[in-house]
Amino acid sequence: MIFFELFYTFFLIGLFTFGGGYAMIPMIQEQVVGKGWLESEALTDFIAISEVTPGPFALNISTFVGNSVAGPFGAVCSTIGVILPSLIIIIIVAMIMNKFLKNRFVQGALNGVKPIVLSLILSTAILLFVKVIFFNGQSIKSEFVFDLKSFTLLITLVMFLIIYKKVNKKSLNPIVLLGLSALLGIILFI
Amino acid sequence: MKKDGRLFRLLTLFLTFLKVGALTFGGGYAMIPIIQNEVTKKRKWITDAEILDIIVISETTPGPIAVNTATYVGYKVNGILGSIFATFGLALPSFVIIFVISYFYKDFMQWQIIQAAFKGLKVGVIILLINAVIKLKKNVKFDLISIILFILTLAIMILSTIFDFGFKYLSLCLILFGLLIGIVLTALSKKKEMKK
Repeated sequence: MIFFELFYTFFLIGLFTFGGGYAMIPMIQEQVVGKGWLESEALTDFIAISEVTPGPFALNISTFVGNSVAGPFGAVCSTIGVILPSLIIIIIVAMIMNKFLKNRFVQGALNGVKPIVLSLILSTAILLFVKVIFFNGQSIKSEFVFDLKSFTLLITLVMFLIIYKKVNKKSLNPIVLLGLSALLGIILFI
Repeated sequence: MKKDGRLFRLLTLFLTFLKVGALTFGGGYAMIPIIQNEVTKKRKWITDAEILDIIVISETTPGPIAVNTATYVGYKVNGILGSIFATFGLALPSFVIIFVISYFYKDFMQWQIIQAAFKGLKVGVIILLINAVIKLKKNVKFDLISIILFILTLAIMILSTIFDFGFKYLSLCLILFGLLIGIVLTALSKKKEMKK
């Protein structure tokens, strides 16, 4: 049943997300794109949409996928699914709070999982880079085309970010960054 | 309504996290000042030190950080019912906004100007992901084992895409593997200490 499957899929995603929103992208990609619920390209578009709409990424993406797969009730199922592991785990942890964080096995497990989560996010970035620049945003099985415009856009943005950071001593707000990339996209691609 | 009654607490939790859900973009640290203002300064239900503990625990337990924080603050203020009200408040704005967007999404994406904008946005997303890696990098101790785990994961993820494994639980297995390695190493180092 689709409602249970949505609930179960997002329950797993919530349960195995360490380190916040973007860490769940590889798992969402495998599950949601793998099950044919969303195109890989639509997922990338949605990351951008989620960044410019309020609310945590995890909740935005679960509502979006649930609704596009099975309508409003689907959205309810996937949202409850992604929330429930947090609710259960945090309530248990809150009851035994201090002992939990100081436990060496908890610390050890976290030290083991941190480099993997970091690497998962980096691999998402690298694969997206390869797809966007060399395969026209399609899968890497498709025709090889070097997209000079996207590459120029990337270089321009990176240079701008570096200069901005040097001058203002702080990073550019992600919403402003996405606004700029949309604007440059319109200028270059229309 | 009594200013410190149960109903008042629940309603305040709900409204506070409704605000957090409606006003914070991209999740994460932007929500902390709002929580501090409502729950710590105005009501004094939680101290600043406790807020810090809550953030650390929210980051180290599985699940989205914002949801974890809402649940934890809710629990501290009013037990399990508090967690439910806070989390419900957090989720509601996302739910409504995304729900509305997903109805216009398909038609909206047909416009040429929007398609061009999204070509640019894809590049922007690459940069956001790299930024996330740079930020999170500070929390990782890079010893030999974590470097091996890091490179191994990267190689597996890239090979699996090139050869199209189509295995839906790959990153989940990698995360479980990391947790397990961490636990085994802790157990081993304990043995070593005992021998000394």
